[in-house]
Amino acid sequence: MSEAGMAGALGLNGLIALFVSAILFSIGVIGVLLRRNAIIVFMCVELMLNAANLSLVAFSRMHGIEGQIFVFFVMAVAAAEAAVGLAIIIAIFRHYEVVDLDRFRLLKW
Amino acid sequence: MMALYDGHWILTALVLLPLVGGAACLVVPEARAKTVALATTLVLFALSLPLFWTFDTAEPGFQNLVSIPWIEAWGISYAVGLDGISILMILLTTFTMPLAVAGSFSYIRRRERAFYAMLLFLTTGMIGVFVALDLFLFYVFWEIMLIPMYFLIGVWGGERRIYSAVKFFLYTAVGSLLMLVAIVTLAWIFQDGSGAWSFAYEDLVSLELARRAQLWLFAGFALAFAIKVPLFPFHTWLPDAHVEAPTAGSVILAGVLLKMGVYGFLRFGLPFFPAAATDPVVVNAMLVLGLIGILYAAWVAAVQPDAKKLIAYTSVAHLGFVVLGVFGLTTQGIEGGILQMVNHGISTGALFLLIGMLYERRHSRAIADFGGIAKVMPVFAFALVVVALSSVGLPGTNGFVGEFLILVGTFRTHPWIAAIATTGVIFAACYMLPMVQRVLFNRLDREENRALTDVNRRERLILAPLLALILLIGVWPGPFLNRTRASVEALIEHVETRSASVPAAEPVSVEPVSVEPVSSDAVSVDAVSIEAASVEAGGGE
Amino acid sequence: MSLAALAGQEGAGAGFHPVLPWLILALPLLGAAVNGLGAFLWRDDKRIPTIVGPAALLGSFAVVLVNFIGMSGAELHGAEVVRLWSWIVSGDLSIGVDLQFDQLSMLMCMIVTGVGSLIHIYSVGYMRDDPGYSRYFSYLNLFVFFMLVLVLGASFPLMFVGWEGVGLCSYLLIGFWYENREYANAGKKAFIMNRIGDAGFLVAMFLVFMAFGTLDFVPVLAAAEGTLAYGGALVTGITLLLFLGCTGKSAQIPLHTWLPDAMAGPTPVSALIHAATMVTAGVYLIARTSVLFALSPVSQGVVAAVGAGTALFAASIAIRQYDIKKVLAYSTISQLGYMFLAVGVGAFTAGVFHLMTHAFFKALLFLGAGAVIHAVHHAWAHGDDHGDGHGDVHHGDPNDMRNHGGLRKFMPRTFVFMWVATLAIAGVPPLAGFFSKDEIIWYSGAYGYPILWGVALATALLTAVYMARLMVMTFHGGNRTFGHRGAAEAGRRLHEVPAVMWAPLAVLAVLSVVGGWANIPEALPLLPTVEWLHHWLEPVFAPAIAVKEAHGFSPEYRSPVGGGEALWAGISAAIAIAAVVGTVRALSPKPVPTEAEAVAPTGFARVLHDKWYVDELYDRAIVRPSLALWRACWRIVDAGIIDGAVNGAGRAARLLGWAGGQLQTGRVTTYLVAFMLGALLVLGVLS
Repeated sequence: MSEAGMAGALGLNGLIALFVSAILFSIGVIGVLLRRNAIIVFMCVELMLNAANLSLVAFSRMHGIEGQIFVFFVMAVAAAEAAVGLAIIIAIFRHYEVVDLDRFRLLKW
Repeated sequence: MMALYDGHWILTALVLLPLVGGAACLVVPEARAKTVALATTLVLFALSLPLFWTFDTAEPGFQNLVSIPWIEAWGISYAVGLDGISILMILLTTFTMPLAVAGSFSYIRRRERAFYAMLLFLTTGMIGVFVALDLFLFYVFWEIMLIPMYFLIGVWGGERRIYSAVKFFLYTAVGSLLMLVAIVTLAWIFQDGSGAWSFAYEDLVSLELARRAQLWLFAGFALAFAIKVPLFPFHTWLPDAHVEAPTAGSVILAGVLLKMGVYGFLRFGLPFFPAAATDPVVVNAMLVLGLIGILYAAWVAAVQPDAKKLIAYTSVAHLGFVVLGVFGLTTQGIEGGILQMVNHGISTGALFLLIGMLYERRHSRAIADFGGIAKVMPVFAFALVVVALSSVGLPGTNGFVGEFLILVGTFRTHPWIAAIATTGVIFAACYMLPMVQRVLFNRLDREENRALTDVNRRERLILAPLLALILLIGVWPGPFLNRTRASVEALIEHVETRSASVPAAEPVSVEPVSVEPVSSDAVSVDAVSIEAASVEAGGGE
Repeated sequence: MSLAALAGQEGAGAGFHPVLPWLILALPLLGAAVNGLGAFLWRDDKRIPTIVGPAALLGSFAVVLVNFIGMSGAELHGAEVVRLWSWIVSGDLSIGVDLQFDQLSMLMCMIVTGVGSLIHIYSVGYMRDDPGYSRYFSYLNLFVFFMLVLVLGASFPLMFVGWEGVGLCSYLLIGFWYENREYANAGKKAFIMNRIGDAGFLVAMFLVFMAFGTLDFVPVLAAAEGTLAYGGALVTGITLLLFLGCTGKSAQIPLHTWLPDAMAGPTPVSALIHAATMVTAGVYLIARTSVLFALSPVSQGVVAAVGAGTALFAASIAIRQYDIKKVLAYSTISQLGYMFLAVGVGAFTAGVFHLMTHAFFKALLFLGAGAVIHAVHHAWAHGDDHGDGHGDVHHGDPNDMRNHGGLRKFMPRTFVFMWVATLAIAGVPPLAGFFSKDEIIWYSGAYGYPILWGVALATALLTAVYMARLMVMTFHGGNRTFGHRGAAEAGRRLHEVPAVMWAPLAVLAVLSVVGGWANIPEALPLLPTVEWLHHWLEPVFAPAIAVKEAHGFSPEYRSPVGGGEALWAGISAAIAIAAVVGTVRALSPKPVPTEAEAVAPTGFARVLHDKWYVDELYDRAIVRPSLALWRACWRIVDAGIIDGAVNGAGRAARLLGWAGGQLQTGRVTTYLVAFMLGALLVLGVLS
């Protein structure tokens, strides 16, 4: 499908939504890569998920309802992930009293 | 009875029975494991023995053939069968196993259940390798063997067992993986031509491969087999594995496992890739490596202070003879090679058993720790002398028949190599006789050796069949050679006709991606070399 | 199983069919089995081996005798081959366990079983007190079995079975007293040196099979002239390789050094194996394949030259030895050299003739020496204090002739028999050696080898000298067995050997006298048996002689310096007599040298005493460098290079793993960066 056709199918609002989604996702990526604080990294991850949600909703205009249904799944998974992730961060904080990611090398045995 | 026996169940039973027996070993009480194992192996032997008589010596193809689809989508089947190349190997396996088990009775004192289970699982793998007629199945059995052997060395071995077990495993695995690649490529080529996948032996052997493709695929198989043989310079795993392995491990290693390599060449290497296997460069390379093995291993064996290591190196020398016979590509050479594999299994197996008996009594394998043993262990001395003479190929023992046939056969196509290899009989005396002398003869000058007891009844029962076979094959090898004849002659004819009819250009059906197409000048080289090969085969070098 | 089936009643023989051919082999084998079993089961009971051992041989001898008589009454041209069973069949190669009956093999069988029987009987006395009595007879029977296989084998491989089998028995019997390291070493040395020759034999067989497509003697020899070019490389190669086998088995230069060491075995063994039978196998092989050798003048020349060279070389060493068995060992090597000279120049009958007479008188000499050793050993062993008080440096070795002397007083029978054998080997007419040796010397001249003829004459002189020296040192003069304590002690303790030992000597002494009459030369028609052996063996050697004559090799019936056979027979007899008499006279006043001379002979005498340093040469030039090379193969190539590469590969893998491990920081952020870059890469590639 050509770009023009795609734009036509999405409409202007759809395009704006995609741009916002892209910007949000980039912010999320940059935050994950650059920030040291685990909480902020975690929030950036959530940001990326929601950016993806936004684009799914936007595309659902073109492809039908499935995209929106998918968003619910993502939100549910994100909620679960938030619960587990925050629990881990809290556990780490309780143990080390710090959540600076550079201080941890727990992934290497 | 015979009709029943001619049925097709027998080979499958041979494969499955040890598996069941092994499982049984694991669940019975510790002290009973050895009995279960011995019973299983004896039944196995009894079951396999009639194969010798029911075998149709006039039939060059496979007998007792069974083929059941297994993974149909990939053309994989459970296919087993028997021919003149494998029958002696199967019988050698079933003959060796009871001896190996009985030889471990007083040697293995810990984790007996696991030990005997491993031996039996290993048996399944070995018999499977010899009967499998589907390359996938063959590969499965080939790898199955590796694991029990790894544990046999690694758990029940000597001081450096971990090093040896890992070395054994890695050496062998490297070769097998390349073979796997070659097997899959073959199946892929078949699929490319016929549209259906197949790993069946009969399908793949009928592939008409281009010369270059043959050479690459042969190389893949050859490395795996050369390591297993072991051919110089891929042999260094063997002395370590032998020295560290428990007696039963050494016996099986020498008796059966080393035969896998040459068996592989005969079953797959030659018939699948006739042009590669008759290529003068390949043939000369294999012959020279075999020759180096004969001389070099004999030399190294002659200066070993450790009896087991000495015998391990003699294995390399003996298998060098076998490789020589196989790649000499004459009836005598190949028949002699097959017979010599049996001979080597018997005599080297017996040598390991004998050294194991000494080790159980003295806890030493160093030749220098003995001397004058003949005085206190006359029966042992008698057995060791007979076995040693068989190992050096004295006429009247089995070793001579095999070596003689190999050399006579190879001499017809490659006189110089065979003539140099003949000096191996001198060096054989140079390693074996000093060992025999330093163990059995000379003065009985060590106090701890005076108290050694001669072999007991169990040990005599182990040695008796080995000695009997040594003499029987030595004076009457006819029945054994008989059974190999039709298949060997068919093999040679297959290799000769097929290597002469190698496709000059790439046939459409065999257009392997992994293989470069044959250039036109390579084809002309082929024609010349085939001509040269046929001249060579006809009139000597 | 019917007899006819066993005998396989077909073949070229007209009127001759072997009687119970398999029994000839079966009896000694059975004896070996029974005695071998006895060595384990009734080790202390000497009755069974005493009966079974000699009886097996006598039975075999009887069967041979029946066949021999049968053959002499029949017209047999070519060989009668009996197939027992088929042995190795593979492709176009077919070898049977076939026995070949012809004049040559029967003559050899007569010698082997006849002399063998006598030696077995003698052994009953000699080995009486040995704890390994049963084992001894087992080996000895087994040896005879293999020797008969060698002789009767109708194909190269079957002969090779016997060939290596006798080598095995030789190995076992040399090292019979295995607790002595020297003895065990000697056995091992014999086996390995024989194997060097055997490798040549094997390659020769391969060549024969390539050329003829069969390995059976009858077809090979029949087709030889048509298949192989006269003087061609192939036939020369085959025969030289066969001869390499002969040098090993028959102890010729350069593989002769094992035989003197082989004297470590019991003396009857030396008589049977290392004098009468096994060591003559090489001569038999050449006689058997005479057509092949006749086709290659080069090989013939080599055989003759090596034979003559060995004869002179070994005789020169024999002159300076003190060990009675060593003298006889070198004498054997020397006499074998004569036989090779004979078959080399083409006088095959003369070679076989000397083989036969040599079997008689050399067996007699060895058994006589054995009697001497036995007597001295017992004289010492039954005394309680022979080990001190008489300051004789040589004391303790009953083989050493410096411990003998004057034994004629104590062992009169042995003394007479030994002198008979000595005169026979020295070539004094009309004893056996005179005829056989003279024939060899004569033919080496007549066939046109003047140098070898001269060497043979010189060797004849040396032979007479060293044998007379042996007799003087052993039997004449005063007794030295008990050093300074002298005659009284000797008279009490030295005795003649029992009848079971001297009776075989007597038989052999008779044979040593009359054995030579089997082939009286035409030039000296003293008896009606003129050229009897020659006629007997004619069917066997006729093809070879025909080949030689077709190519211009026929004897000229004159010596290189002129004169006929009768004249030169007279001259060589005169030389022999003069040498014997001269030596006896020269040595009698002082049979053994003073201690100083004996310990350190100087100059050339020392070279001879030390056997030309051949053993030392082999040790330095071959044995030690080989062992060094083999150790290097092990330590450097195997453990160093190959295992180094293998372990190196392992180390390299570990290093790679470590390097990869460094990428794993354990920090989430590192992984995230990598993850992101990877995702971008994938996107970049896909779009």
